[in-house]
Formats: sequence, structure tokens, C-alpha cells
Amino acid sequence: MMSSSPAVRVRDLRVVRGGREVLHGLSFDVPRGRVVGLLGPSGCGKTTVMRALVGVQIVRSGQVTVLGEEAGSPGLRDRVGYATQAPAVYGDLTVAENLRYFASVLRAPRGDVDRVIEEVGLTGNRDQPVGTLSGGQHSRANLAVALLGSPELLVLDEPTVGLDPVLRRELWTLFRELAGRGVTLVVSSHVMDEAGRTDRLLLMREGRILADGAPAELRERTGAADLEEAFLRLIDETAGSPA
Amino acid sequence: MNLAITLATTRRILAQLRHDHRTVALLIVVPSLLMILLRYVFQRQEAFDRLGPMLLGLFPFVVMFVVTSVATLRERTGGTLERLMSMPLGKLDLLVGYALAFGLAALVQVGVVLVISLTWLGLDLTGSLASLVLVAVLDALLGMALGLFASAFARTEFQAVQFMPALVLPQTLLCGLIIPRDQMAGWLEALSRVLPLTYAVQGMQEISTRPRFTGTLATDVAVIAAFTVAALLLGAATLRRRTV
Repeated sequence: MMSSSPAVRVRDLRVVRGGREVLHGLSFDVPRGRVVGLLGPSGCGKTTVMRALVGVQIVRSGQVTVLGEEAGSPGLRDRVGYATQAPAVYGDLTVAENLRYFASVLRAPRGDVDRVIEEVGLTGNRDQPVGTLSGGQHSRANLAVALLGSPELLVLDEPTVGLDPVLRRELWTLFRELAGRGVTLVVSSHVMDEAGRTDRLLLMREGRILADGAPAELRERTGAADLEEAFLRLIDETAGSPA
Repeated sequence: MNLAITLATTRRILAQLRHDHRTVALLIVVPSLLMILLRYVFQRQEAFDRLGPMLLGLFPFVVMFVVTSVATLRERTGGTLERLMSMPLGKLDLLVGYALAFGLAALVQVGVVLVISLTWLGLDLTGSLASLVLVAVLDALLGMALGLFASAFARTEFQAVQFMPALVLPQTLLCGLIIPRDQMAGWLEALSRVLPLTYAVQGMQEISTRPRFTGTLATDVAVIAAFTVAALLLGAATLRRRTV
């Protein structure tokens, strides 16, 4: 059945960058309509995984299937929304001008521009050049582009970095709403307290997946009080068992 | 290619230009200022009549080369190129979008220089005004296409700007502007024959000395157009959907 097939299916993904293998044969699934957190320290390969999902990363070997098609296929280009960690918007254009342009490229309806501006809380900055926004506003303008159209999969690289707690909560509410409508979200973060808001966690370290499961499940399995502690115990576990 | 996306790209680039008043001012004022300088440096009208049109072909070429190489390098380093490549945008949509936007800018630039040259500076044009505008805009598009291609080999804006002297100055020396090409050493003349700027300057020479649209001019126009298309296609090959 189509609807029960996972939104993302990754098998034995290997990526080499700068002569060094940075992903060592990753395999995981992301079910549809879920919010999946990709967590791990800086440099563990989160961004590379996300780039592979979007199809902009050259991969050495392995399979990456997104919404039933090979990642990066032309048919996926308006079904997958992607927000990079460093904002990829035109600094010399206003928020609305940026969004109008990307909306035309995605052939999204005109009304989408106003919708996404409101969703990321930039209504007051609509006609301000993106280059003059604060860091947090800048990254929200970047996120807004990914929300244009009706993407079935959203790949968001550290979308809440540098935001105040109120905004962070609002964005997570938005992510939940989107998931409620059937959108699948892959969200990376290096903040452990955000991990608790996801349906499922992929804990990464040094190009490998350390654990894959629901936050509560991971806490239970490791007997840790919080996810930070769970993460540490998982590292000790893998280091202790060289199998 | 998709016309709506191409035109949206053109609109976006023009909007970026509109926000950047200083660049617009430089684009329009600098070539005019150079023409005025040239006129008064020469003192003699006939020397200006001979050289003026050739420089009218050179200015838009140089300016568009620099503007495009920096603009596309920014798209590459700022992540917007990668974002666009993950969207339903064809490589030609982007390139033609740039060509239309900068072609339009070149038209304004050439228009202003021409008005000043033909009225205030008293430039006496033997050939037709239409062919002069045609060749000048083609030169601008050639500069744009080469700038786009060159930007693929630059990592920083510093490097991109350095490509201008590296690629443009040798052509300026060899194109017949400083010394007529038939007076050059054989190997230099042969070299000049494979460089696009030679045809740009030769075309302008034809326009400044012959009243009719000559066969040589037709060849020049065709060669400049062919170089432009080739550089655009090479530029398209440097836009990658997947990177390391």
C-alpha cells in the first residue's frame, strides 16, 4: 500500500567528503506524518544526511528513497521543502520579495506568501530587506521558503537555533500541526530539550546512528532521567561493547 | 525551460538591482563618464569618431563581466543556488533569467552613453544606430555569459574580480583597439582571431566606418552570438544539482 510505505527509506548510505568517509552505512526509515528529530553533536553528519534526503549531496553508495522516488528526482522538487542551517535567501530583497520569487519557482499559489509569513511570525517585517533582519528573523525567513507550496516532506536543518523560547514553542506547535495534516518532518537539532517534542529520534554520532526510537522509549531503555543522560549512556554502551 | 520561472527570475534580479542604488549608478554613470573623458582627452573629433564606437562595444562587455561573475558567485556561496537547484527550476531558466535582466540593464546603459555621445560629444556615426545598439547589447551579453562561466572557477569574490583583468585585459590588448591587428606578429594575430572581443571591436569598427550592414559585420555579429551561446552552455554545465 502506498500510504503505509515510509516517507523516507535510507539503506546503507555512505558519503565521502574531502577524502574522508563521513557517513558509514546509515540505514533508517521515517514513517509518514511524523516529526522525526535528527540529534547529535555538531559535526556528526546531520547536515550531510539531510542533504542526501533532498538530493543535493553526492553519495558514495547506498539507497535514499523519498516519497517512493529516488532522492533528488525531478518529480520530488516541489514535494520536498528544505531549509538549510545557514539561511539561503537573498539578503538584498525584502521578505515578501524573496517569498514571491520562490513561490513562482515552486508554482505555489499567490496567497502562500502571506500564509507562510504569518506562520513564521514575520508579518511585521514583511517589507524589510532580509539583510537587515536579526539572526532569528533571518532564519525564520529561510524556514518560510521551505513552507511554500504543499511539501509532503520537510527537511529542516536546525530551524530553531537562536530563537527565543516563545518562538521556539510556536514553531514546534506549527510542526505538530503540519504533521497532523500528514506532512512528514525531519528536524535536526543539537539541543536535547527539543528532542522530547519529536515522535521519533535518530541519535547520531560520528557518522553513525547510535539509537533510533521514541524519546520515552530511549529514556526507558537506558534508564536515564533525561535525554542528555540517555545519549551519554548510549555512547558508553557502544564504546563498551566492541561487537 | 519554463517561461514563467524564467521571467520570475528576471524580475527577481531586477528587484535586487533596484535595491542597490549604488550599483545602478555605477553601471550607468561610469561608461558615460569614460566616453566624456575620451572625447576631451583626444581633442580631435575624428580620433573620437574612430575610437568612440569601439569603446561603446568594450564598456558593456567589461561591466557586465564583473557584475555577473560576482552576482552568480554570490548565488553559489550564499546557498540560494543550491536551494534553487533543489526546486523545479531548470538551469536554463536561471541563465536566461540572468541574460534577460542584465541584457535589459545593458540596453539602458548603452542608451545613456549613446545619447550623450551623439548629442553633447558630437559623435559622428557612419553606420546605423540600430546595428550599433545590437552589437553593444550582444557585447554586454557576451560579457555576462563569460562572467557566469568564470564565476564557477572562483571560490571568493576576490578571485571573481581578479578574473576580469586575467580574461579581459589580454583581449583588450589583442582586439585591435590599441594596435591594428594586421600590424601584429603572426602568432598574436592568430591568437586574436580566436578571442571574442576581437569580433566585438571589429564589428564596432565596421559600424563607425561603413554606412551599410556589411558582410564582415554580419560575421562579427554571428561570432559574438556563437561565443555567447557557447559560454552560456558551458556556464550551465557548471551548475550542479548535486555537490560534495
